[in-house]
Amino acid sequence: MANVLLSAKGIKIRFGGVVAADGVDLDVLQGENLAIIGPNGAGKTTFLNISTGYLRPQAGSITFLGQEITAQLPRTITKLGIARAFQIPQLFLDQTVMENMLIAAASRLGSPSGFTALSTLPELPEMERLLDLVGVKSYASRKARELPEGQRKLVDIALALALKPRLLLMDEPTSGVASAEKLEIMDILTSALAKEKVTSVFVEHDMDMVERYAHRVAVWNVGKIQKVGTPAEVLADPKVREQVIGI
Amino acid sequence: MSGRIKPVTAIAIIFFLVSAVAPLLVSSWATLFALILAKGIVVLGIILLLQAGQVSFGHAMFFATGAYTAAFWGKYVGGGDIVLFIALGGITSAIFGLIVGLFVVRYREIFFGMLNLAFSMVLWSLLEKMFHYTNGADGIRVPRPALLGLSFAPETFQYVILYVSLLIAVVAFYGVQRYLDSPLGHMLRAIKSNETRLEYLGTSARRVLLIGYVISAFLGGIGGTLVAIIQQIATPEFGFWTKSGEFVFIAILGGSAHAFGAFAGAAMFECVRFYAAAHLADTWQLILGVVLIVIILYAPNGLIGLRQRYGQAKQGGH
Repeated sequence: MANVLLSAKGIKIRFGGVVAADGVDLDVLQGENLAIIGPNGAGKTTFLNISTGYLRPQAGSITFLGQEITAQLPRTITKLGIARAFQIPQLFLDQTVMENMLIAAASRLGSPSGFTALSTLPELPEMERLLDLVGVKSYASRKARELPEGQRKLVDIALALALKPRLLLMDEPTSGVASAEKLEIMDILTSALAKEKVTSVFVEHDMDMVERYAHRVAVWNVGKIQKVGTPAEVLADPKVREQVIGI
Repeated sequence: MSGRIKPVTAIAIIFFLVSAVAPLLVSSWATLFALILAKGIVVLGIILLLQAGQVSFGHAMFFATGAYTAAFWGKYVGGGDIVLFIALGGITSAIFGLIVGLFVVRYREIFFGMLNLAFSMVLWSLLEKMFHYTNGADGIRVPRPALLGLSFAPETFQYVILYVSLLIAVVAFYGVQRYLDSPLGHMLRAIKSNETRLEYLGTSARRVLLIGYVISAFLGGIGGTLVAIIQQIATPEFGFWTKSGEFVFIAILGGSAHAFGAFAGAAMFECVRFYAAAHLADTWQLILGVVLIVIILYAPNGLIGLRQRYGQAKQGGH
């Protein structure tokens, strides 16, 4: 079996009457892009929230590189090497794109200074490289607020990459982006991930995206993992086609 | 941008030079400028917290802590030196700030503001009620301290305390300016715009805010010590909520976009009070109220913002 990076075992969580996870087992393998698909409200985002410590599961455990991370604080989990990109980009809107990146760099380094200027951090060239990698370098000195949505998404991902994570969890990386730009963004994204050797998990609704960019697909349906396999296997499954894709 | 002096910095330098020279021409200005500088130091702390979008309605508690540290020393130990008072006032307030900070940094916005207010009112009541130790509302006189062992006559002393205040104000201004530009300062601003993301970058927002809070308490304490020395008294009034409101008022008046806003605001505030109180007796609050309304309506970013807006308009016009 290939190296397991993140492993969820018997995860259970319910919100009132809604069961988001009912004994979910899921492994994320080193170096893959794992897509999670499923109907709305099935619990896909909940999985990301549990994996990053935002939510505490009622049962089960999550390990990362063999270390127990269940119910740890998000910032503790971040320090271990799990970064997160958001469905709605979460940026520091009043600061420039480069300042956003440098705040991330300063966070990763720890014990930030209160006296030397942020712009003199030695990480500056590296942050420039990452912005270039996701194709938003030309926006570096613009306020994050001024960027169009597609570019904000890319900056959001660059911020996560600035943490030098082993694993990147992404919630619908192409939602809110014009369909013409979706392929472009996913191309940029997957090549950046490959180049930085970052494993990724992404929640996705668009089956085209899943087919093109995922190495493996997990189908999340009514709190259970219905099927895991290659995109071809999963998308050919009649049950999946009927219940999730709706064909 | 780097290497060149920004207009706001130039104005700040001119202001500090004027504070140094003008009182030599008009001796009644020595105390006026000393008060402006001391209050400006306190307001620097308010501006620091405003970066994180948090308004403390209780910062007078640190102002009072600094003042009473000097007063208690004079009452129970006797004698005293300006340097000692300022060091003790700053340290005591920073420690008090750390204790209060551990509670208040868990809250945001109105809850942050109100909890600060609550803590400050507890301190105020203690100062007011523990008559035996504090002389209650009468306060404690702060005898004129020496400076590094040298004693001064009152006429000279007002200049001594002016230049001590000026020196501290310049250092504090420079330090806060550096801080706002540093990673910690940027993280403080990140709390205002997106605290969740900051946590997901691996940084504790509470810790960032606590560091800022302790620094701002430290500045509040030093300002309070200076004012107690200038006015030669510490009273519970120093810690009353209206005093906290005054500091927030000055910060809004000056503008929080730049550390100099603290001094611009303090200068305007103290000048209006100084002249309005002399010529219009009891109506100076009315005049300050009108000034604040005008600022909020026409210059929402304070006096500092006025300059920036003018600068932008000029750029845009060509």
